[in-house]
Amino acid sequence: MKITGKVIRYGDNVDTDVIIPARHLNTSDPKELAAHCMEDLDPDFVKKVQPGDIIVAGKNFGCGSSREHAPIAIKASGIACVVAKSFARIFYRNAINTGLPIVEYDGDIRDGDLLDIDFANGVIRNHRDNTQGRFTPFPEFLQKIITAGGLFKAKEIMQ
Amino acid sequence: MNMTMTQKILAAHAQRDSVRPGELILAKLDLVLANDITAPVAINEFRKAGDGCVFDCQKIALVMDHFTPNKDIKAAEQTKLVRDFAHEKGIEHFYDVGAMGIEHALLPEKGLVVAGDLVIGADSHTCTYGALGAFSTGVGSTDMAFGMATGKAWFKTPSAIKFNLRGKLPKWVSGKDVILHIIGLIGVDGALYQSMEFGGDGVASLSIDDRLCICNMAIEAGGKNGIFPVDQVTLKYIAEHSTRQPVIHAADAGAEYERVFDIDLASLRSTVAFPHLPSNTKTFDQIPSIPIDQVVIGSCTNGRLSDLAVAAELLKGRKVNPRVRTIIIPATQKIYLDAVHQGLVDIFINAGCAVSTPTCGPCLGGHMGILAKGERAVATTNRNFVGRMGHPESEVYLASPAVAAASALTGVITDPTTI
Repeated sequence: MKITGKVIRYGDNVDTDVIIPARHLNTSDPKELAAHCMEDLDPDFVKKVQPGDIIVAGKNFGCGSSREHAPIAIKASGIACVVAKSFARIFYRNAINTGLPIVEYDGDIRDGDLLDIDFANGVIRNHRDNTQGRFTPFPEFLQKIITAGGLFKAKEIMQ
Repeated sequence: MNMTMTQKILAAHAQRDSVRPGELILAKLDLVLANDITAPVAINEFRKAGDGCVFDCQKIALVMDHFTPNKDIKAAEQTKLVRDFAHEKGIEHFYDVGAMGIEHALLPEKGLVVAGDLVIGADSHTCTYGALGAFSTGVGSTDMAFGMATGKAWFKTPSAIKFNLRGKLPKWVSGKDVILHIIGLIGVDGALYQSMEFGGDGVASLSIDDRLCICNMAIEAGGKNGIFPVDQVTLKYIAEHSTRQPVIHAADAGAEYERVFDIDLASLRSTVAFPHLPSNTKTFDQIPSIPIDQVVIGSCTNGRLSDLAVAAELLKGRKVNPRVRTIIIPATQKIYLDAVHQGLVDIFINAGCAVSTPTCGPCLGGHMGILAKGERAVATTNRNFVGRMGHPESEVYLASPAVAAASALTGVITDPTTI
């Protein structure tokens, strides 16, 4: 899988309370959740996000609660991939299980940059300065879950 | 191969002689948990995947604790969805209003978790049960649904950080101060993907309530789990609460730890985490006079009977500052009833506090104590992220029940030793 998208840049420790505040967790409808995505960190996110955009952040992205509503809201808002220096472990699992592509990568990426991401080969290319970086693709076990289209669809593989 | 306590429990549940850090395994589950926020998403996934039988109707716990008693129509619909599912599938451990408590206080109290268990919960604070010598960790709703269907979950075997505790905590200093101190030391991602294994001579002096509180906030350091060795204190608690037999796993003498920290409990002081990260900790020599608007004493972190008893010791015969709305939330029905019988509720009401039925409510900004723009709260809860308890421009200071009660009396963030 390859994607190209524009970067929306955030910092370290983007927590699940700002990704989708708990006051909106009285629903599990992806569209409703997407309408409030990033509300407490970046109130303009919902207005500016375009389908195919890429969130790029620092370390420990998705820390905090186990709410799967967080990757669901990000995915439903149109984000094609989240790139971060590191991910909090529950968010990491939830992204895989719900089919939100994520990449662990640390590089000079700025707000508004245009990125190409090649998941199979683990390559990120930044159009701004035409630089290229590498990331480690998921282990085979997790690739199977992702390729199958989520945890339940990989059920037979996992017996 | 030498293993940590966590690795031994994972190996036993994957029917393996040993596991190595980084290894991906499929393990059998002893208990699968979700609440009124995470269960609806899990149930939708479960139904989409064929809606068959659950793997074991006695090994699933559904606790309606976050937005209950239902805060609005949407929350009521979500809870109803879970209630209908629980009845349809014959889920034995379904806890609704009147029986429910905050999940991580309720499950140990009901004896649903014992030493040696492997537990997943669709709630990040599921790591609490490490206090009983179990491996328990938070997952998302899809993992929970998969666990409900198959009784299994995949895990990446974690490496570990060891915390050697020695000595004994001073008066007014509790498990909350221990874990806030540790999070301040290693940061909010200091234990990312790792287990936090506690040990040392100091463990014996810590009550089960303190150990539950310490393991509860392992996630706030990014940890996969927190875990305490099983000792007489653990076995006594389990015998008093459960009919199940504990299975004792101990770390091998040669187990490898990526880092080891020595912590002298006697040197610890009351610790407060300032906005907006649990790692932003300060002790009172660094804290100026900060006026507050609200105090919350409760949550899965600090809503147990011993927490309420400490608060009552400070509040007895006194009045809270009239500017401070003080909300006390016993974590379970049993704790509430014990607090009534022991006269704690009398003390709280006479001091001018509101006492609520069990709920997670204010901790996550759900209901029962939301903050307005610019307001500050001292809370015995576990997170102080932006907007956690209400308006994005409000502030949460995390602290122990002693600091929270002392602050309620004075109206500023207060060291309990000065009361």
